[in-house]
Order: sequence, then C-alpha cells, then structure tokens
Amino acid sequence: MIRAVDIKKSFGDKEVLRGISSEFYKGKTNLIIGRSGAGKTVLLKILVGLFRPDEGAVWYENQCFFDLSKKETQQLRMKIGMLFQGGALFDSWNVEENIRFPLDMYTNLTLGEKKKRVAEVLEKVELSGVEPKYPSELSGGMQKRVGIARAIVLNPQYLFCDEPNSGLDPKTAIVIDKLIQDITRHYNITTVINTHDMNSVMEIGDNILLLKDGLVAWQGNKEQIITSNDDTILEFIFASPFLKRLRKKALGL
Amino acid sequence: MIGKLIYGLFFQLGQWVLWMNHAFSRPEKLKVYWRETVRQMNDLGVGSLPVVIIISVFFGAVTTVQFYYQISGTFVPNYYIGYIVRDMTIIELAPTFTCMLLAGKVGSNIATEIGGMRQKEIIDAMEVMGVNTAAFLVLPRLVAAVFMIPLLVILAAAISILGGYFASVWGHLFTSSEFLQGLHSFFIPYNVYIMLVKAVTFAFLLTTISAYQGYFVKSGSIELGRASTNAVVLSDVAILVADYIIAILMT
Ligand SMILES: Nc1ncnc2c1ncn2[C@@H]1O[C@H](COP(=O)(O)OP(=O)(O)OP(=O)(O)O)[C@@H](O)[C@H]1O
Ligand SMILES: [Mg+2]
Repeated sequence: MIRAVDIKKSFGDKEVLRGISSEFYKGKTNLIIGRSGAGKTVLLKILVGLFRPDEGAVWYENQCFFDLSKKETQQLRMKIGMLFQGGALFDSWNVEENIRFPLDMYTNLTLGEKKKRVAEVLEKVELSGVEPKYPSELSGGMQKRVGIARAIVLNPQYLFCDEPNSGLDPKTAIVIDKLIQDITRHYNITTVINTHDMNSVMEIGDNILLLKDGLVAWQGNKEQIITSNDDTILEFIFASPFLKRLRKKALGL
Repeated sequence: MIGKLIYGLFFQLGQWVLWMNHAFSRPEKLKVYWRETVRQMNDLGVGSLPVVIIISVFFGAVTTVQFYYQISGTFVPNYYIGYIVRDMTIIELAPTFTCMLLAGKVGSNIATEIGGMRQKEIIDAMEVMGVNTAAFLVLPRLVAAVFMIPLLVILAAAISILGGYFASVWGHLFTSSEFLQGLHSFFIPYNVYIMLVKAVTFAFLLTTISAYQGYFVKSGSIELGRASTNAVVLSDVAILVADYIIAILMT
C-alpha cells in the first residue's frame, strides 16, 4: 500500500497540487483521473520520487520515501516499475537490451538466464520474438508493451503507469488494461494508473481518484462512480456519452 | 542586461560543478558502464575520423603555403617553414582546432542525444529504476572522449604535417629535403606533452559541458536546438579560455 499525505506542489506561482491525501491499495488497480493539466503526471512523479513535493509525505507501507537513506532508496526503487507515456525506450538499444537493462544493472544472472527472463516478460505482453528489433521499428502500442515488459522484469511490488493507453486503438487499449490488471492481481502488487480513458475507468477502476483544482475531488470505485451524485463526478460523466448511457442503465432509467 | 548575463553564467557554472560532483560517483555496475563506454568510443572515434582527416590535411597545407608566402623574399631559410608548421601544429592547431571542431560535431551530438532522452522521459525512467543518471550518461562519454580525443589530436597533427609536406613539394615551393630538415630541427618533446595535456583538458570540457546542456534541457524542440547550440558555443569558449590558461602555465 502507498499513502500520500497532504502533498503540495507549485511550479513558480502556479499551485498544481494543493494538498493531496490518499491511499493506493495492494492488489488493486488504482486510477488517477482528471482533466488535462490537472496534475496527474506531477502526482505520479511525486509518488515515485522524481519530483520532491513542497510539503507532504509519501509512504510505502511503513517507510516514508523522503526519510530513506541512499541505500534504502535504491532498494525501494528496485521494487518500483514504471511505464511512461511514450514508452521511454533507449533508441540506440534493441528491445532485448532495453528490457535487460534493469537485470544487467541489479542482478547477477548469467546472460542465458537474463535472455530467458526477457523472453518470459515479452510473452506476457504478447510480443514474443521481437528481441532484436529497435524501438523505431515498433508501433507506438508495441513500444508501450515493451515499456510494460521492462517495468515488470524485476518483479516489482509497485507499478506506475502514466496513461498506458493514450494514443492506442481501442482494442490494443483493452489488451493493455487487461494485462496491467492481470499482473496486478496475479502478483498482488500496488498499481497506480493515470488515465483519460473512460473505458479503462469502467473496466479496471478498483479505486478511482478524481483530481480537480489541485485537490482530490472524489474517491471511490467504478460501481460508485457511475451512480454518484457528486457535482464534479456528474460533470465528468455528462462529458462522455458512453458514461451517460452506463449511468442511465445503472440507475435503471 | 550584462549583470543578468553574468549572474546566469555563474549560476550555470555552479550547477555544472554540483552536477559533475554528482556524476563522479562509483558506477552501480562496472560491466554495464564499460559496455556503454565501448559503444561511445566507437561512435566518437570512428565517427569523427573522416572529418578530422579532411580538415587536418587542408590545415597543414594552407598553413605551409601561407608561411611560404610570408617568408619568401626574406632571409629566413626555407627549412624554417617545416619547423614552424610542425610546432604550430603540435602546440596549437592540432589540439585546439581539432577540439573546437569536435565540439561542433561531438558536443552538439551529445547535447541532442541526452536532451532527447530527457524529453522522452528516458532519464526519468532510469531514475525510477534507481540509476544515477548523471553518472551513467556522463562517465562513459567522458572516458571515451578522454581516451579517443587525444588519439584523434595526434592523428590530426601527423596528417597536418603531412598536408604541409605535400603542399610544399607538389606546389614546388621548396624541396622536400628542406621541409624534412625543418621537421627535424629544434624538436622539443615537451611540446608534444603540452599537446596531450590540452587534448585531455579540452575533451573533458567539451563532453561535460555538452552533456550538462542536454541533461537540463526543457521540453520542446526549440529548447533542444538551443541546448545543442549552447553546447557548441560554451564548449568553444571554455576550450579557448583553457587554452590560454594552459599556455600561461606551461610555457
Ligand atoms: N516540470 C514542470 N515545470 C513547470 N510546470 C510544470 C512541470 N510539470 C508540470 N507542470 C505544470 O503542472 C500542471 C499539471 O501538469 P501535469 O502534466 O501533471 O498534467 P496532467 O494531469 O498529467 O495532464 P495530461 O492529462 O495532459 O497529461 C500543468 O499546468 C503543467 O504546466
Ligand atoms: Mg500527464
């Protein structure tokens, strides 16, 4: 479980986060939603320690991220996998080298064992056999799946995904959602996902956090979101014909 | 305006020093760093070979022809040309000019490559994995440069002198024996040492400055272009300042 306590962050005089407190549960897909510019990426980067908040703390189980020694931070980081919006693969390395990188860096496995592990995770993201290809030879969706493969290669306990299915076709988006959900359930890890995608919200929204004006405007699960009478949520739901229909159905209208 | 510029320069200098300090830490895994270093050596060395060779031939040739023009008709003997071309090449032209050339080629390359990694969140991705990205991005490039650039400079010096030789002999300015006699006269090995000190210093400056420019790039392709330009300009300025300091300290 990850806990954010009263996180505040400004850039210049722009207050992006004004006091975010929330919990992200183990074995669940925790979603952060909100309009573009709401601060989803900033919050995610604070959770993984890429940005330091102006105020507040992030707890991993019973460890406060900012109180850790260098060594402890390193050990925690090895338990964190993250998928970035664009995949964030090294252009000059092929797929195998990209996925192998965390293994090269932090394990003492033999090359054969590493290759086997790479093949395993590639199979999990349904990309068997692309090891020798370079990122530029892959489609955006494939790059993201390679990104997921790299994120899970060290068997992380925490998985973070920044918009895992933006820019993907609906079918691939569902495949990726399902994949992330399966991994989360199967390995009982804490997963935090930023998303715009209403489909995802309704598919895998175990715990949903709505960011607005730098605060948590609403928190609940997918069953609750669709029948909620909260103003902010309604605004959100009425913006999407798909959610509007679902809401009508759920309320028996 | 000027005050702001100077403030900015000192701010950058301070940040650069702090960042270098962070980069100079023990590699997490030597093997991974070494693999990256070899790749960089290959890119840098092989990639820069053609341009260094072409520029050096002409540099030596032009210098020789110019000196001949200045000296002819005076009482200075022709063989002096070989001697002057040799020393100018070794002390000044080969190290300084080659490194300024490499700042344009390698420096802008480093800044754009690392800047691209920053913009595409590749650096963030490595940070999340727990990698010391400053070290991982700088040390292999630095080792590669400090090793390869002196070799390139030595090569540049040799080819420059060769260029001078061909220009004088083929141009029938004077005989090859005169040029060779010049090359053998008043040779001071210490000058070669100066050349190598310069090459190593300049290599250090141009890699770290360029990597620094790329590392702290902001988002957008305009910023990436600016980082690349800054890398070249600042490296060149740093090289010239260092050149001056070394000249004072060592001669
Ligand atoms: N490094 C930074 N420096 C300055 N401002 C920043 C920085 N990163 C983010 N911001 C600002 O913080 C705000 C929130 O940005 P963020 O990227 O978190 O939005 P988001 O919710 O992820 O949006 P999107 O859905 O479009 O990705 C934006 O107004 C952005 O301009
Ligand atoms: Mg975002």
